[in-house]
Amino acid sequence: MNKKKWMRIAIPIISIIIALLIASIIIIWIGEGSFADRLRFLAEAYNELIKGAFGNKTAIMNTIIKMTPLILTGLAVGFGFRAGIFNIGAEGQMAMGALTATIFAVNAASLPTFIAIPLTMIVGMLAGAVWAGIAGFLKAKTGAHEVITTIMLNWIAYNITNWAVTGPFNAGGGIPKSPEIASSAKLPNLLTSQASFMSFGILIAITAAIVIYIILYRTSMGYEVKAVGFNPYAAEYGGINVSKNIILTMAISGALAGLAGTLEATGLYHRFYGTLSSGKGFDGISIALIGQNNPFGILAASLLIGALRTGSNQMQFAGVPKHIVMIIQSIIIFLVAAERIVMSIMGWNKKKGAK
Amino acid sequence: MPFHIPQEEEYKDYAVVMKGIVKQFPKVLANDHVDLYVKRGEIHAIVGENGAGKSTLMNQLYGLYNADSGKILINGKEIGIDNPKDAIAVGIGMVHQHFMLVGPLSVAENIVLGDEPTKRFNVFDLKRAKREVKKISEEYGLKVDVDSKIEDIPVGTQQRVEILKTLYRGADILILDEPTAVLTPQETEELFVVLRNLQNDGKTIIFITHKLNEVIAVSNNVTVMRGGKVTGQIPTKETSSRQLANMMVGREVLLRVEKEKKEAGEKVLEIQGLKVNDNRALPAVKGVSFDIRKGEILGIAGVAGNGQSELEDALTGLRKKEAGTVTFNGVDISTATPRDIREAGMSHIAADRFKYAMIKEFTVAYNIALGRHYMQPFADGGFLNHKKINSISKELIKKFDVRPPEIQLFAENLSGGNQQKMVVAREFDYNPLCMVISQPTRGLDIGAIEFIHSTILELRREDVAILLISMELEEILSLSDRIMVMYEGQIMGEVKPNEVTLEELGLMMAGSTLEQARSEVDE
Amino acid sequence: MNIFKAILDAFANPIFYSLTLSAATPLIFASLGGLFSEKTGVTNIALEGIMLLGAFSGIVGTALFGSPWIGIILAMMVGVSAAALHAWASINFQANQIVSATAIILLAQGVTGFLLEPIFGKPGSTEIFDKIPKIELGFLGKGSFLYDMIGSLSPFVYLALILVVVSWFIIYKTKLGLRIRAVGENPEAADTLGVSVYGIRWFGVLMSGLLASLGGAYLSVGELGQFTENMTNGKGFIALAAMILGNWTPKGALLACLLFGAADAMNEQLQSNPSLAISSSVKPLFNLIPFVITLIVVAGFVGKTRAPAADGEPYEKKG
Repeated sequence: MNKKKWMRIAIPIISIIIALLIASIIIIWIGEGSFADRLRFLAEAYNELIKGAFGNKTAIMNTIIKMTPLILTGLAVGFGFRAGIFNIGAEGQMAMGALTATIFAVNAASLPTFIAIPLTMIVGMLAGAVWAGIAGFLKAKTGAHEVITTIMLNWIAYNITNWAVTGPFNAGGGIPKSPEIASSAKLPNLLTSQASFMSFGILIAITAAIVIYIILYRTSMGYEVKAVGFNPYAAEYGGINVSKNIILTMAISGALAGLAGTLEATGLYHRFYGTLSSGKGFDGISIALIGQNNPFGILAASLLIGALRTGSNQMQFAGVPKHIVMIIQSIIIFLVAAERIVMSIMGWNKKKGAK
Repeated sequence: MPFHIPQEEEYKDYAVVMKGIVKQFPKVLANDHVDLYVKRGEIHAIVGENGAGKSTLMNQLYGLYNADSGKILINGKEIGIDNPKDAIAVGIGMVHQHFMLVGPLSVAENIVLGDEPTKRFNVFDLKRAKREVKKISEEYGLKVDVDSKIEDIPVGTQQRVEILKTLYRGADILILDEPTAVLTPQETEELFVVLRNLQNDGKTIIFITHKLNEVIAVSNNVTVMRGGKVTGQIPTKETSSRQLANMMVGREVLLRVEKEKKEAGEKVLEIQGLKVNDNRALPAVKGVSFDIRKGEILGIAGVAGNGQSELEDALTGLRKKEAGTVTFNGVDISTATPRDIREAGMSHIAADRFKYAMIKEFTVAYNIALGRHYMQPFADGGFLNHKKINSISKELIKKFDVRPPEIQLFAENLSGGNQQKMVVAREFDYNPLCMVISQPTRGLDIGAIEFIHSTILELRREDVAILLISMELEEILSLSDRIMVMYEGQIMGEVKPNEVTLEELGLMMAGSTLEQARSEVDE
Repeated sequence: MNIFKAILDAFANPIFYSLTLSAATPLIFASLGGLFSEKTGVTNIALEGIMLLGAFSGIVGTALFGSPWIGIILAMMVGVSAAALHAWASINFQANQIVSATAIILLAQGVTGFLLEPIFGKPGSTEIFDKIPKIELGFLGKGSFLYDMIGSLSPFVYLALILVVVSWFIIYKTKLGLRIRAVGENPEAADTLGVSVYGIRWFGVLMSGLLASLGGAYLSVGELGQFTENMTNGKGFIALAAMILGNWTPKGALLACLLFGAADAMNEQLQSNPSLAISSSVKPLFNLIPFVITLIVVAGFVGKTRAPAADGEPYEKKG
């Protein structure tokens, strides 16, 4: 369905406002004391939230760190949505990408940096592409619904990576983790601040967004992806190979998610942790929805969710559990999904033939 | 004697009076102060082009829509009809153009749905349902098998089920929306017999149609609508098809196109022993052979569901063949993909434009690029050439009179006729050697129909080989150089349009071979 | 070979069968729930989230009111409410049903995680509470094969099996069921006959909430006695696969759930079989077996089983 351009921006924004309102109500509810006390509590909570996200150099670095993988998983899910495919499997694709990249990077000590880094990224992207490609292939050849297959692949990936870092690839110590990657494969840093550092992964993520934009709006491939998403019958009639496009779209989607994992492993942790992807793949769904599957919307949405995530850690010190962010996120998605709810609230809904 | 407009005291003799009906949709005033007078016990036809407002009017009578203003009187009493249950309560029943039947459920279940006989604990009394359906079926002479599933019975029988649905609910006023769209000429005759019988039983019948010969054949009075208004009310025996057509369109209408004589060239498309299965893996095309030559129009007539769409799909690469060969311009395209076939020079106007021929969420410009979006001049090295896409689209829009002439509009915002013109423009621009054209004018108004017919004839003039598949016999007869009739996946015979009668065609469409049809007609 | 012997060992072990039944039970509830929803034409992949909410609410009810039975009632109420959100968005506002359901799953995970600390004092999991007592069939002779197999099952198990029969009856023998099937295949046809499409669909979705939350409640209040974060662990999706494999019929769903339950039980038996000596690091590889099976099932059976024709397509009432 084609919405007017301004509505595509307005609906997510209004959904966000409503979600924040509801979250505010929840925060007031869990506060103590008089109403005035609670309002102060609310203000403090938001204060901590913003401080935690943008208050100082470390905070900004953290926000960007959180934002980077979200851009990529958001692009992954968003690109899939363009072809009418629900890639709920970004989580597993990210994990598989990260694991594979780490395994490669651990053994890359003999390679010079300018080869090690690109190769690692390629390996990670390929792993993600293949993992997603399985679901794409199944959908194209058997019609299996990608929601169920990708979710199953998520669980399978979770178990495989779990086994890998508790078994053959274990570096020892309490938390399941892999050995550290070779220093030639570590991503150089863009910013440092005391003990923390931030790699230039953000630049890669932004580049990816631009590339996806070009693909979607300027190439024949993008035309075909959109055609398949809007009307696979007409696409086939117009000579487009629907199966090929489904598999290709999933592969690209998986590659983006795999890249997200790779950047985390090579730029942030410098190894693979069992909990590496933990939720970032699912966040990709929220990001894509809020960003209306548009690369620039996705950049904006990633910034928002990244800031919320970073800030919420700080909010905990004010007494608000960080799960509140999940609640905010789910309300936003719910409202964006049922966009007509928002449209009704705003009175933009013109139902056909009023009674 | 002209049509009599009743006074209020006479309303009680009229089964249906609709006065001053106004119905506004977001983009169009569908009914503009419409008055309808249907006497009890008559068969009343409502005619008009697509978009004239006939279906909208009847949907309000049946409670599927609610009028913005105006009133409805049934047998003289003013009634508010807010939903189908209200309509059913006052004895109105409706048979829709697209059947409202539930495939996997049985005939009996479909008929009683919504008014089911029950036993204790909400248990559905299937036995009683079947009994009651059988009773009505015999009473009105509409034979059906109460146990068979809807998805297994033929279209003509399905229509009988739809009529029984209304009778089961005690309908005295039956509304039929384009009832003959899916019937052969013979089945149409059978339907008319049913309608006259129902009339003799005291029922009132309103039917919507665009087929003027049917109006003349079976109705008592006609109401003509155009652009949301009533433009004529007349007793049937005082009018003619030509006059009705003029009232429908507002000007003199050519009911048949002028086609010049032409010699066909060499063979372009050769089909041998083609066998194709349908979606349920059952044979739909059972061994068909024919060929088409340059500059000739081969028309395939037949009622829906006899294999035409599977034939269309197979020829255009959208469905695989079980057996047989298709040779195009000397090249075997039996296993070719739609892209290969287009590149080889065959273009395709699909029957279901909404589903196949266009992408409604794309702009007009993007729709025009569909199929050639990866090659020159629309694309270069994988990158789209928006300048060329736009300039070529602008030209085509002008040439084919697509309105509004705005290439950045989303296709879904165009009217049906303009969407079809856009599709025709695109397929025409392929400069094809051969074109497969299916149901090109379904749902279009006369202006668009005339335009598309003349475009098809222009293609013929330019030596394109054309396969025309259509369920509108008039269209087939007026455009084709040769006609073949398809029935149950086979060709029943080949004739020239001026050498065959409507009756013979009708018999072939119902299963007779050409010889059988000829002999039957001669008797 | 060791593994084949271990598999045979499992089949000979009566515990395998009772494990199968208890593993299948939450799946049966959820998949019957999914069935009711999808038969009316509304997909509901949020079963996972609703199960989680049911599991959580069951423990909350037990903790706050002292009785696991109250927990069950609370679970049902919460499940119906969550389903109501999905119904409201999907039916009345024709929202994309997959997205709406995904939102509910996220909401469930968020809310349950969020409330753990405020209500129970610590994040991650609760302490152990009273469970619903099992139904003891002592007359079978404690320690006998039959007793170990079916003599000590939770009432949930019996309820699940009864519900399969009840569901079948409702869907195929009642007036309501006829309307459910009609609405799921051709809502427009039903609408023209005065059947309330929205009403029937609301019923289907609310039923799915009720049943799925019962399935979740079984996990906490019927089996474990506590709630741990994300304890449903994908069961909601396996239930969906069971529904598909079962061709959208109660009997089929039951058989499919038993199959998945057996896979789960087999997994557990193999892992606890001393002769196989499976190290804890390899356990994850066994854990992924049910998911692989689900994957194969969904891929292999989707063309061959048939969803209700209008499944997943929003219906807008004509103006």
